[in-house]
Amino acid sequence: MLPALLVILVAAVLLGYRAISAVPSLLHTPLMSGMNALSGITVIGAIAVFITSPQGGSGWAAAALVLAMINVAGGFWVTERMLKMFKGKKRGSEVQDIPWQ
Amino acid sequence: MAVTIVLAVIIITGFITGIRLMQSPQTALWGNRLGALSMVVAIAYTFIATGHGTPNAAIIFIVIGGMIGLILGQSVKMIHMPQTVALLNGLGGAASALVVWAALLAYAGEGSAMLFWGTSGLAMGVGALTFSGSIIAVLKLQGLAFQKPVQLKGHGHLLRITILLAALLIIINLGLLGQYYWILLPIAALLALLGGLFMTLRIGGADMPIVISLLNSFSGVAAAIAGLAVENLILTGTGALVGVAGLILTRIMCRAMNRSLISVLAGFTPGVHETSPHAEAGGDRSTEELKIPEEPVIDEREKPGEETTEEITETGEEDKKHFTEDDLPQLMKSAERVIIVPGYGMAVAQAQSAVGQLAGAFESQGKEVKFAIHPVAGRMPGHMNVLLAEAGIDYEKLMDMDAINPQFEHADLVIAVGACDVINPAANAAEGTPISGMPILNAENAKNVIICNLDEKPGYSGVDNILYEQSHVITIWGNAAETIPELTKMLNSNS
Repeated sequence: MLPALLVILVAAVLLGYRAISAVPSLLHTPLMSGMNALSGITVIGAIAVFITSPQGGSGWAAAALVLAMINVAGGFWVTERMLKMFKGKKRGSEVQDIPWQ
Repeated sequence: MAVTIVLAVIIITGFITGIRLMQSPQTALWGNRLGALSMVVAIAYTFIATGHGTPNAAIIFIVIGGMIGLILGQSVKMIHMPQTVALLNGLGGAASALVVWAALLAYAGEGSAMLFWGTSGLAMGVGALTFSGSIIAVLKLQGLAFQKPVQLKGHGHLLRITILLAALLIIINLGLLGQYYWILLPIAALLALLGGLFMTLRIGGADMPIVISLLNSFSGVAAAIAGLAVENLILTGTGALVGVAGLILTRIMCRAMNRSLISVLAGFTPGVHETSPHAEAGGDRSTEELKIPEEPVIDEREKPGEETTEEITETGEEDKKHFTEDDLPQLMKSAERVIIVPGYGMAVAQAQSAVGQLAGAFESQGKEVKFAIHPVAGRMPGHMNVLLAEAGIDYEKLMDMDAINPQFEHADLVIAVGACDVINPAANAAEGTPISGMPILNAENAKNVIICNLDEKPGYSGVDNILYEQSHVITIWGNAAETIPELTKMLNSNS
């Protein structure tokens, strides 16, 4: 499992770096709230531990589950609300600024 | 195993594609939805893989958390996005720490690998630090506590000692292969919680964009390490994505504020150090050359209270001014190209929609209007753009610093609203000030400049704005929510 974990870690860092660097500052706040939602991915770890743990851990796992789901639902929803506010005049065309000369 | 790997690759590709769609405001909404869909697939797959699809009590907790999240997401105001993101950073960190602790209690045993002991301790430490640091950030941003940077005696030492001790315990736990994990790791987590407190307590309001970005990164790092601990590919990869995003934004913010991350974390706040007689935000001065509306009424809590008041140069200014209030209508009507520079002061005054109306008034007279957005205009990266979008301003008009700076010299008029440091030419002209070398918006280069700020006090940096003195600049002191509509009225007047 370890090699697979390391490969996916490195790949995510490299591909993520490229994708994230290209997000314009215009959308940095929605990017961050979207990242909040993604950090809620911990929910799958919590589900796995909650379901499979024989005893002891499940209370903590349940707490983690609730917190992570707040991130998932809250993060995606607030991002959705925010992005809906970004309206452009020229629908369907690329954003283009004609610089003043 | 093979299925797990394939699914992990698909889900993480989904997240990355979602981020790529965020490169344009036209596709960003679908990017967010693709991310949400990928998340649903990840959750469903986890259920099927670990629970064999049978109903489980976990669903109850998913529903509870999901409902709380939706209510939070629906009710939060856009002006409060920084504290919302900070809160979610903290919850993410806490969730990662708790998951690892639950896994330790559930599975830890003789046979556990070294990787497990190392990563689980680390995930708990980073998660705990992210949680406490974020909670302090939320309290500061929400104006509930610690708005002024809190500097304890030996603060730096406290911070270093708690974090070093936590790290030491995590390493000892690794060395002992978890023999005493049940006592070592909780203590390490407690120390990390303290470390998070010490880290954020002394950070000032204007440094918040940096801290929020950093904690955003930490919440991802905690998830990625937790993923390594519980050997979950999706968790590891996705956590890494969040970690990278936070780091990129942290770097952008540091550059835009001319601060090094170290100096921010070390609690060095420009302009605050020697002075603490806190300038009360607004209300006690009435030295306007222009008598535009009455006294500013501004929520004191929202005001970053870090300014210094030492030198207020208020005498003799009128002599240098070429303009008076009477020139304003003419000045605005004759301008063809207008750039509006919004600063955090505009958001504090809740003047976004007034500014939007002013822009609309210019446009209805056939003039071109653009907005110049400094990277740190706001309390988090990109915050100003969201506030202006909320006020109904088209995103095509929101220009970032690099795009707009060459255009200032072609502008007839700049109207700065609640912005001070980000247009202060002292950043380029003077040496040795806190803002020297900070990239600024070259508002100075425009033909004329109107500045609508609450008062003539310097901005967060404490550096006097040398722009105020220049002959092509006219200043209007007062609450922007009142002064901006006044400008709109002048522009629309027939005289």
